[in-house]
Amino acid sequence: MAELLTLEVKNLKKSFEDLIVLDDVSLKLKEGENLVVFGKSGSGKSVLLKCIVGLMYPESGKIFFEGKSVLDISLDELNEIRKQIGFLFQGSALYDSMTVRENLEFPLIRNFKFSSKEREEKVKSVLEKVSLEDAMDKMPAELSGGMKKRIALARTIITEPKLILYDEPTTGLDPITAKEISQLIVDLQEDLNVTSLVVTHDLICAQIVADHAIVLKDGKIRYEGDMKQLTTTDDVFLKNFFSNEILEAEREN
Amino acid sequence: MEIIKQKYNPVAFSKALTQFFETMAGLSLFSIKFFQNVFVPPYEFGEVKKHMDELGVKTMPIVTVTGFIIGLVLTMQSQPVLARFGAESFLPSMVSLSVVRELGPVITALIFAGRVSSGIGAELGSMRVTEQIDAMEVSAINPYRFLVVTRILACTLILPILTLYVDFLSVVGAFLAIVLSMGMNFDLYVNEVFSSLQFSDIIPGIAKTFFFGFIVGAVGSYKGYTASNGTVGVGKASTSSVVTASLLILLVDMVLVKVTVWLWPSY
Repeated sequence: MAELLTLEVKNLKKSFEDLIVLDDVSLKLKEGENLVVFGKSGSGKSVLLKCIVGLMYPESGKIFFEGKSVLDISLDELNEIRKQIGFLFQGSALYDSMTVRENLEFPLIRNFKFSSKEREEKVKSVLEKVSLEDAMDKMPAELSGGMKKRIALARTIITEPKLILYDEPTTGLDPITAKEISQLIVDLQEDLNVTSLVVTHDLICAQIVADHAIVLKDGKIRYEGDMKQLTTTDDVFLKNFFSNEILEAEREN
Repeated sequence: MEIIKQKYNPVAFSKALTQFFETMAGLSLFSIKFFQNVFVPPYEFGEVKKHMDELGVKTMPIVTVTGFIIGLVLTMQSQPVLARFGAESFLPSMVSLSVVRELGPVITALIFAGRVSSGIGAELGSMRVTEQIDAMEVSAINPYRFLVVTRILACTLILPILTLYVDFLSVVGAFLAIVLSMGMNFDLYVNEVFSSLQFSDIIPGIAKTFFFGFIVGAVGSYKGYTASNGTVGVGKASTSSVVTASLLILLVDMVLVKVTVWLWPSY
């Protein structure tokens, strides 16, 4: 029986003028799996996520979500796929002019036909999952960085997506909050059986979250495999790349 | 000679000219998109109403003061000139016609551009650089329809109302100046104003404010929606919104006055 792939990226190529950001990148993500993508700043990690949801268009290559191509389709068709994908932005991207409740209800009102009571229940339920029930009527400006990340995560899961894309979920957070967010990602994954693609620099986050990992260098995949081999590899680039993170992770452990 | 050469730099001039035409082309395509989206459901009436409330309230204090002062100052400046020609009795008619036909719509639109266009540019620009617009897009929500169409529509609908308000206040301001200088009574003043004003004076004056409102909303939204380079880009979007919107208002006003005269030669 053929394995059920949630996401498949084939030979993706993307460049900005002369700078090649993604060069022949391919990956497969099975249902319920957590994949972590590492890479230096500017190595194309975020560009990869943006290509998957159609915010950027690659020069060549293919992207399939549950077997359906994400490229070369109409905007309506793309939006149908987008409804099944959640995206956690690096800066949370909460809507400044709306309260937490309005932020959470926003996709529900526009994309689904829930009654106001059902919406209220969903909002309460996701806020409970991220342990921020009291923040419902607060404005994003009143929240700390970690709280914003949690609310953004709540907004991502409220539509019950099949795949969640995380763009640097722990960047800018203190180590304790970063660990909490990483654990929350795992808990939600187990709870909702959602598939995750996490782009991060944070080895601790990756060790908590990842089933397997990919490392990007100069737009190409330098390593693909499980997390344990990644941190014990003899590859000079990977050793250098992870040296600080490994030390920090060992200290944390 | 050297200074003139430095000031007149053909490369910089051609770059600025290219940039201007690029902005105009981008703005035109952006405006066309408005008409492609405005009649397509879901309609965001709540958002339009919210923006109309905000924009109207935001601009109300400054247009109140401006409207009153325009009428007052215009009368104070014109009275000695008309007196020189023995035409003081035409003062109420002259002031009301000037205000209703030209000064009211254009000055209100310029103030509106300064107050609102920059605000929209900054707000949408900040949403762009903090990925809030991208977040809407990946949630399968059309950010153009939710953020831009509602703002342009609100600007287009609120500016004519503000202009009528300014016109009224200017006429009141003019009355105050006339009472102080000539001692004209209220009934005579009202009679003079309304006998000289016709619908053909009021309608084109108000009609063009729909265009001005559209310009303010479209320019502010375009500059904000296409902002880049972080907070610097947001600042640029805000400033250039006011400059571009004000310039376009004056250019379009010139064209609309010509069109009005061409359509109604008696105007």
